[in-house]
Amino acid sequence: MSLDYTSAEMMSVTAARALENGMTCFVGIGLPSEAANLARLTHAPEVVLIYESGTVQTKPEVLPLSIGDGELCESALTTVSVPEMFRYWLQGGKVSVGFLGTAQIDRFANLNTTLIGDYQAPKVRLPGGGGAPEIATNAGEVFITLKHSKRAFVKDVDFITTLGFGRDGKGRDDVPNIGKGPTRVITDLCVMKPDPETKELVVVSLHPNVSREDVIEATGWEIRFAESLETTPEPSAHELEILRELKARTERKHAGE
Amino acid sequence: MAEFLSLHDAVARYVEDGATVAMEGFTHLIPFAAGHEVIRQRKRDLTLIRMTPDLVYDQMIGAGCAKKVIFSWGGNPGVGSLHRLRDAVEKGWPNKVEILEHSHAAMACAFEAGAAGLPLAVLRGYVGSELPSVNDQIKFIECPFTGERLAAVPSVRPDVSIVHAQKADRAGNVLVEGIVGVQKEAVLAAKRSIVTVEEIVDDLRTEADYHPNACIIPGWAISAVAVAEKGSLPSYAHGYYPRDNAFYKEWDAIARDRDVFARWIEENVMNAGGNA
Repeated sequence: MSLDYTSAEMMSVTAARALENGMTCFVGIGLPSEAANLARLTHAPEVVLIYESGTVQTKPEVLPLSIGDGELCESALTTVSVPEMFRYWLQGGKVSVGFLGTAQIDRFANLNTTLIGDYQAPKVRLPGGGGAPEIATNAGEVFITLKHSKRAFVKDVDFITTLGFGRDGKGRDDVPNIGKGPTRVITDLCVMKPDPETKELVVVSLHPNVSREDVIEATGWEIRFAESLETTPEPSAHELEILRELKARTERKHAGE
Repeated sequence: MAEFLSLHDAVARYVEDGATVAMEGFTHLIPFAAGHEVIRQRKRDLTLIRMTPDLVYDQMIGAGCAKKVIFSWGGNPGVGSLHRLRDAVEKGWPNKVEILEHSHAAMACAFEAGAAGLPLAVLRGYVGSELPSVNDQIKFIECPFTGERLAAVPSVRPDVSIVHAQKADRAGNVLVEGIVGVQKEAVLAAKRSIVTVEEIVDDLRTEADYHPNACIIPGWAISAVAVAEKGSLPSYAHGYYPRDNAFYKEWDAIARDRDVFARWIEENVMNAGGNA
C-alpha cells in the first residue's frame, strides 16, 4: 500500500531517522526540533535532547515556538544555566550530535544565518549566530536539515556564520579538539553527505519520486551524485501518524495561548 | 543590601544616559516592565547588552534609547525579524545604532567572566566563523600550557544589570526558577543591579517549595528590588503565567511600520501608567 505524504513530512521523517538511541543531541529550533522529537516519539525513545536554553534531557509534549519555552523546562530532567550549558555540556564534549537548520548553506556545508549581501550594507539581515558556531565545532558531528531551494543552496555562502568545512573544504584540517562537522544534510528532496576527500556535498539518496533534475534545479552549484545513488525509504504509517499528531497538538497549544 | 524601591525610582536612580545596560532573561523572565520604564523615562545613548534582544530591545531601540547593541541572536523567536532593530541598523531610524555580534557561547562565557571578576573569557569558539572579521572584540590567544588556539572576548561588566525573577523575600533575597539563563551572572557582573519580582514573600527559606540548591541571589548582592507584577509579559514567568505567543506574532505587524509602532508605544507604554 502506498501512503500519501508531503515532501515536508518526508524530510522530517528522514531527518528523524538519522537519530538513534544512545545519541545526545543538541537541538536547534524549527525543523531540527521537529525531527528530534519525532525520533524520540518513534524509534529512538532513549535519545537525549538538549536545548541551548539549558534544558537537559527534555521530553516536550508539543514543539516549542522559542528555544526557551516553559514546556522544555517542565519536561526536562534538569535545567542548567546557559554558561553551564555551553561550557560543560557542549564544549566539554558531552554532545554527540548537533542538529541545525540554516538560512543558507554552501557546497562545503558552511552555514549562513547572519545576512544576505554585504556585512556593512546587507540586503537581508538575518538573526545571527546564536548557538550554532560552537555547536558545529564542539559537537561530535552535525546533522543539518532545511528545505531545498536555489536561494538556500548556494555555491559560496555570503558569510560563514558557522563552519562546515570552510571556503576550501579544509577548514577542519589540523584543528585540534574539533568535531567531525556536518555528516549529512537532509532536505525535502534528498540526503547529501560530504565527499570523504574533498568535503563537497554529494547527493547519496533521492527521496521517492524525486528526480536528479529536481535536485539540480534547486541547487546553486553543479551538484554531484554518488555512484551508488539510493532511494530514501518512505515514511511508515506509524511515523506519519505520530508526526501529524505532534504537529496538531503543537498548533492547538500555540493557538490557545 | 537590596533596597526596596518602586520601579520608577530604581530606574531613575540606576539607569543613566550613556550607561552600559544588560537586561537579561533567556527567552524567559524577560524584564519587559523595566524596559518600558526605561522608555518612559526617555533614557538615551544606552549600550544595550543581551544575548537575545527579543521584543524588549526592539521596543527600546525603536523608542530611541539605544546607541549600541551587543547580542548573539537578534530575532523574534519562532516568528521572524526584529523590525525596529533592523530599521535602526539599516536606515538609522530613529537614530543610528551600532551592533556588535557574538555567538551565544561567547556571550554566556563573557557574562560568567564578568561575574568572576575577570577581564576576559576564553573559549573553544569561533573556529572557522567569519564573525571575528566583523567584530574586533573577538581575538585569539594561545594556551600557555598546550599551545591550543582559543577564542577570547572581553568580559561583560555592565554599569547596571536588570533581571526579572519570581520572588524576593523581605531581606531582598531573590529566587530565580526555571530557565535561569545568565540572570545570576548578569547581576554579579554588574556594578549595580535591579531585580524586578512578581511578589514579595516573608522568607524564601520557609516557602513550601524552598530547596537548598535553588538559584537564589542574596539580597546583599543586589542594589534594588522592585515589584513588577506580570513584569515579564509577553514572555513568561515559570510557575506564574505562560508566554503570550499570540503577542509575539502580533508584534511582527506592529513593529514593521514606524507609525503603528510609535502609536503602540504611546498607548501601551507612555500612557499606560507605571506597571505596563
